[in-house]
Amino acid sequence: MHKSLTLRVLSSLDKKSWLALGVFLALALVVVPVLHLDFPEDSALHVSTYTITLIGKIMCYALVAVAMDLIWGYGGILSLGHGLFFALGGYAFGMYLMRQIGRDGSYGADLPDFMVFLDWKELPWFWVGSDGFGWVAFMVIAAPAVVAFVFGYFAFRSRIKGVYFSIITQALTYAAMLLFFRNETGFGGNNGFTDFKRVLGYSITSPETRLVLFGLTAVMLAATLVFSAWLVKSKFGRVLTAIRDAESRVMFIGYNPLWYKLTIWIISAVLCAIAGALYVPQVGIINPSEMSPGNAIEIAIWVAVGGRGTLIGPIIGAFVVNLAKSWFTVSFPEYWLFFLGLLFIVVTLMLPQGLVGLWKKLLAGKGDAAC
Amino acid sequence: MKKTLITLLLCLGSLSAHAALDPAQVRQLAAEDSSDKVAAIRQLTQTADPDAVRVLKAMAEDSLFLAGDQVVIIEGDKAFDGATGAALKMPANPESPTVNNRIRGELASALAALRLFDADASVRLASAQKLQSRVTPEMAPLLARALEKETDAQIRALLALAHAQANLADSDPAARLAAVKALAETSSPAIKSVLLPLTEKTAEPDDKVRHEAIAAVKAINSRLTIAENVGRAFSGLSLGSILLLGALGLAITYGVMGIINMAHGELLMVGAYATYGVQMLFRAYFPNAIDWYLPAAIPVAFFVAALVGVLMERTVIRWLYGRTLETLLATWGLSLVLIQSARVLFGAQNVEVSNPSWMSGGIEVMPNLILPWNRIIIVGFAMFVLFLVWVLMNKTRLGMFIRAVTQNRPMAGCVGVPTSRIDTMAFALGAGIAGLGGVALSQIANVGPDMGQGYIVDSFMVVVVGGVGQLAGAVWAALGLGIFSKLLEGWAGAVIAKISILVCIIIFIQKRPQGIFALKGRFVE
Repeated sequence: MHKSLTLRVLSSLDKKSWLALGVFLALALVVVPVLHLDFPEDSALHVSTYTITLIGKIMCYALVAVAMDLIWGYGGILSLGHGLFFALGGYAFGMYLMRQIGRDGSYGADLPDFMVFLDWKELPWFWVGSDGFGWVAFMVIAAPAVVAFVFGYFAFRSRIKGVYFSIITQALTYAAMLLFFRNETGFGGNNGFTDFKRVLGYSITSPETRLVLFGLTAVMLAATLVFSAWLVKSKFGRVLTAIRDAESRVMFIGYNPLWYKLTIWIISAVLCAIAGALYVPQVGIINPSEMSPGNAIEIAIWVAVGGRGTLIGPIIGAFVVNLAKSWFTVSFPEYWLFFLGLLFIVVTLMLPQGLVGLWKKLLAGKGDAAC
Repeated sequence: MKKTLITLLLCLGSLSAHAALDPAQVRQLAAEDSSDKVAAIRQLTQTADPDAVRVLKAMAEDSLFLAGDQVVIIEGDKAFDGATGAALKMPANPESPTVNNRIRGELASALAALRLFDADASVRLASAQKLQSRVTPEMAPLLARALEKETDAQIRALLALAHAQANLADSDPAARLAAVKALAETSSPAIKSVLLPLTEKTAEPDDKVRHEAIAAVKAINSRLTIAENVGRAFSGLSLGSILLLGALGLAITYGVMGIINMAHGELLMVGAYATYGVQMLFRAYFPNAIDWYLPAAIPVAFFVAALVGVLMERTVIRWLYGRTLETLLATWGLSLVLIQSARVLFGAQNVEVSNPSWMSGGIEVMPNLILPWNRIIIVGFAMFVLFLVWVLMNKTRLGMFIRAVTQNRPMAGCVGVPTSRIDTMAFALGAGIAGLGGVALSQIANVGPDMGQGYIVDSFMVVVVGGVGQLAGAVWAALGLGIFSKLLEGWAGAVIAKISILVCIIIFIQKRPQGIFALKGRFVE
């Protein structure tokens, strides 16, 4: 049984994909660190800190996009609430980073600065244990999983689907954003968490820490990709796709869609939260605006641009859109929203299968590409 | 009015030049010690003499001076004797007495009290209203005298109230009791705080008066609570009206085409900016009729928003039928484009849309409950629009077609309803109603590029709760959500209110996935 599972995981990707994955990991774990550390800053081959942070950030987004693709591309459920899970993971890990600041904050107190500012005398109950890495790592997974389970169970049980589900998840995220904006909630209010100093005792700004975080993100992305490839090819994944295409027929055959939807919903939420936890130490800030409705919809456009229902598509989409974003916001800040808005329209109107679909069509023959 | 008052006072001053004030009292106004000054002001007030008004007014305006041992009033290059008002030679080096904030406050209430004897009833009324918030026990005899003379019923009521307040510090328990009883009838927070000390044993030795005071505070409290809740319910009603204008259009388009238009909030914004544009046009070309720009903005906003809606439908939404999730994304893209266009055209800052003068002010129902005109008009406007939409949907051919397509698109097509044209018309109608919502919103909220974003989530909640394509559902859901959220806000704060409403909606959908009005003929709230 165990061997057959390994075999099935191995066979979930073809040879070319394994090779590409290997090249990607080699680049992230060996080439980039060498180029960053061993080449002087004026060298043409030097990879700057800015680039590493940017690529690390986009890899986190790509992870979110894959999570989104699992639920939307394979489950047919468009969630506008993934900003919430991303932020939950980010906040959970941010709590640990805040505790790691210790007495180096601007007030020199045991409590995080914003609590001193609010004149709180002790940590609220939900901060208990946040100084332990193990507990926080557990919370990064458990907190979004519980939220996703409770919300998903009630939503799927009453068969809320389609746009109704999208709207409700958006409202949920919106309400959570308002909640986190309050100072009294205990998560730093408007400013969120920032000014981190160290993680696991290592300085968070040192090149080595950055490279480790960068490498971890790359490994996590690769692992997620392999896991997802295995998942969608398993029996579970096939039932899921069947539910997407014809839910009532699947029910008539005797499957209960509730548990399939709920499982993929929780998996997707947890992957999103892990991405959030990797994002926060690299970017150095987490605040409630991560949960704004606009951010959650942007995740959907990454997936749509790359191509839904493929696993490489969301990653391509996340990279294309976010690289375009960092280019636009520097060069033509006032046109970024026009570009993003038109991207939404053009992709939904002209490219329902995204860039991957376009590529496949071009490969298949110019005759078919017209339709 | 101020000018006539001053001339009136000057006339009075010259007429009664011989009926002089006590010079010793007037001299005290310029005493070294503040307490002496206060005492002098109070004594002068007691005389209720028009001359006292002249002197105190001069003091309040810093034109009272001390020359040697004589108090003089200097106006421009003329000098008058403080006590008699007789013209004097300009003194050599007049000194100005110190008038600190305490004295200024004292002067203001003294002048207000003295104006109670003015010949003009409107001056007396204003003065009596002003006095309500700063009655001191010393004013009791003065107020009694004013009450005696007063003939106007409205002013009498105010004076009686002020008199009762002044009597609260009377040494006679019977007088205090009467005063407390009189005050128990009111419902103002200021009077409650005046009565509060009397409920303490240390401040009020008489048991009867104390019990009466406790009862009075209780009575006032309950009236205040009622007024507060009525006020909240009313602001909820006006919020609900705006939500209704937003949700009506959404309900129609969702009902007819089954699509969620994420750019609907931006159509509100388009309507609000159209209002702004009409206002600017009126400012530039018809400055005399500026108060009437709002009625002119109503059709403009409707047509501009409807036009934007038609463009959206023809260019984007039409091609996405049957792909509801993708429509959601595409319309979100449209909303981004619209927001950015507004930023480019009008700037990222909020623009200023002013209320016409006939919309300012409000109806004072109780001292702490004022219903502002702009909100009343918005509620009325929403009802009017609702009526028009009802007529359109139920009494016209277009409405019949829209209902037919909502209920069964293929069958409607089979019997000759031009479904694709009906789609465009329905979308234009929904967009136009959103534009009208924008006109209403421009009167109570900031007009800026992002203004639509805040209302879109709420509008969707209305559609979700109300049920699809049901006007009645949208109406009840909008008003219910508006009032419920404002009442909750009062008790628990805005954020908690929003979250608990969301939780309620999610629970509600468990029970009724199709909204309130899913089942025909069943009314469930």
